[in-house]
Amino acid sequence: MTQGIDREATSEIAREFGADPAYLVQILQAIVTRHGWIPEDTIRQLADVLNLSRADVYGVVNYYHDFRTEAPGKHIVKICQAEACQAMGSRALTAHARQSLGTEMHETAEDVTLEPVYCLGNCACAPAVMIDNKTHGRVDAARFDRLVAGLRESG
Amino acid sequence: MATTRIYVPRETSAVSVGADEVAVAIAREAKQAGVNIELIRNGSWGASWLEPLVEVEVDGARIAYGNVTVEDVAGLFAAGLGGEHDKRLGPVNEIPYLINQDRWTFWRCGLTEPLSLEDFRLHQGFKALEKAFDGGPKAVLGAVTASGLRGRGGAGFPTGIKWQTVADTEADQKYIACNADEGDSGTFSDRLLMEGDPLGLIESMAIAGFAVGASKGYIYLRSEYPLTHRILTRALELARDGGWLGEDIQGSGFDFDIELHLGAGSYVCGEETAMLESLEGKKGIVRYKPPLPAHEGLFGKPTVVNNVVTLASVPNIVNLGGERYAGMGINRSKGTLAFQLAGNIRRGGLVEKSFGVTVRELIDDYGGGTASGRPVKAVQIGGPLGAYLPAEQLDTPLDYEAFTEIGAMIGHGGIVVFDDTADMAQQARFAMEFCAIESCGKCTPCRIGSTRGVEVIDRMIAGDSRDENYDLLVELCDTMEDASLCAMGGMTPYPVRSVLRHFAEDFASSGGK
Repeated sequence: MTQGIDREATSEIAREFGADPAYLVQILQAIVTRHGWIPEDTIRQLADVLNLSRADVYGVVNYYHDFRTEAPGKHIVKICQAEACQAMGSRALTAHARQSLGTEMHETAEDVTLEPVYCLGNCACAPAVMIDNKTHGRVDAARFDRLVAGLRESG
Repeated sequence: MATTRIYVPRETSAVSVGADEVAVAIAREAKQAGVNIELIRNGSWGASWLEPLVEVEVDGARIAYGNVTVEDVAGLFAAGLGGEHDKRLGPVNEIPYLINQDRWTFWRCGLTEPLSLEDFRLHQGFKALEKAFDGGPKAVLGAVTASGLRGRGGAGFPTGIKWQTVADTEADQKYIACNADEGDSGTFSDRLLMEGDPLGLIESMAIAGFAVGASKGYIYLRSEYPLTHRILTRALELARDGGWLGEDIQGSGFDFDIELHLGAGSYVCGEETAMLESLEGKKGIVRYKPPLPAHEGLFGKPTVVNNVVTLASVPNIVNLGGERYAGMGINRSKGTLAFQLAGNIRRGGLVEKSFGVTVRELIDDYGGGTASGRPVKAVQIGGPLGAYLPAEQLDTPLDYEAFTEIGAMIGHGGIVVFDDTADMAQQARFAMEFCAIESCGKCTPCRIGSTRGVEVIDRMIAGDSRDENYDLLVELCDTMEDASLCAMGGMTPYPVRSVLRHFAEDFASSGGK
């Protein structure tokens, strides 16, 4: 993941939404989807383009869990921490993940970022894990290791 | 050579346990075996425990195979499509879990191809909208009011009154805002509907718009549902291309279009006014009420804010009449609710039933007990703000008022089962922790109270002045409940109090943190 985002790419996303401040959440979501995170420079640029104060943009970025302000690893592994998954052993699965990935929540090791998520809507196939925006169900420790091994192979 | 239709769901749960890989394997095997097939990616019937649930159409009957893996596929072909196999369940419309339901809102889910306008039309698609155009807005409002439908997002507010209020409010612009920010753990009915019948939701929103005089709709979809986003995006294109969204829909003179917005991982944005703030591009901070969104909602304009399932219940109310819907259910809880069986349960999935069914019936008769085979210890109903019911309360009928009486709530109908290994002190702690993580921060009881709540519970678990801290926790719960601005802080005490009431001994035995 590169440091910073090309200014033209940010402008283009803002233009897709008519540079309308009412679409700030959608613009930031599009940036995160495409680039993984939101650098400080991008916050300044968006404030200019949308005619908002930097504090306004920063406030929104800071409010929503999706809007990371640090570059994540190449892959993002989210483990559901909510009740339905807890009832099926997500606490133990999370402990296993932290150990096998060698990282804590919100941290990155060997290009894999581990994050909590509160419900993936896969509560009848718990525990659930999302890897790079794809949801996996009935994930036990062995299946988790296979999924992560698959990530490493794909590079 | 005849073509055999094979159905493999394209739905998050099915895909999460291998449906895409199974679909690919089926296509490959058919090609190798020289068998002509038409592979249809349907929605899910909601029997999540059987996913991936593959169906093969034989002589007009859809023969189901449950929990199909890639390794099973060659065997399915070798047995002859539709033939005997270990995974064969028989015709899908004879599976007891599915036939013993009252499918009013979810009847197309699983049955149809979600992204086929043609299939949708074959299954009554847009018939209710056409009927609305013929009968006029008043007839729609009348039917919705007569149905007794209440908001399925959790609050249970009468939908007819909400729609009538917006219809009666004069404005140059009104909006329909569909709340698809299904954040409660244990709930997935909105997702199942949007993935299995996206055009049905679009039709529902158009009917709502027509009834109240709104020309624009928004769907606020949580970002945790990327597959749903792809399906809805395509469905909106199909509806526009088919002339069912846009200007002068089907020559009716009615203009209506829908914008799809993504959330960004905030639980509070499921609260209606926080959702409106987020739709306006701002932080998802809860607004004071009044003014009600029906008077001053999105961008200050009158707005109907309804949950996905609420809206999707409307087409059949228009088609079959409000009285028919009101004829189901009990007391003031009319019609059906899509219950979602989740957590530690053998047969998890969606069960749409009339109100009045008991929790025990759902868990035992449909769910088949716990997945672990151990006794049920607690059942959380209504998401993270819902109470934990002990086994002795499971005979409570699912009825909004009956639940209020026992200090619980039905919410969005999620039922999360825990077996006897659950540490309820940890669950109480989590309720406070979740509130601390997700609080929007506007009001103090929620913002600060949740953090103090975690600390007090930690002291109780550690055995530090347990009785004094018990009293302190009760007092904290009182403050949060009475003084919070919205349900986040106001109802976080529900699960906490239920643990204090029914599982207090777990604070002494908690082996957790």
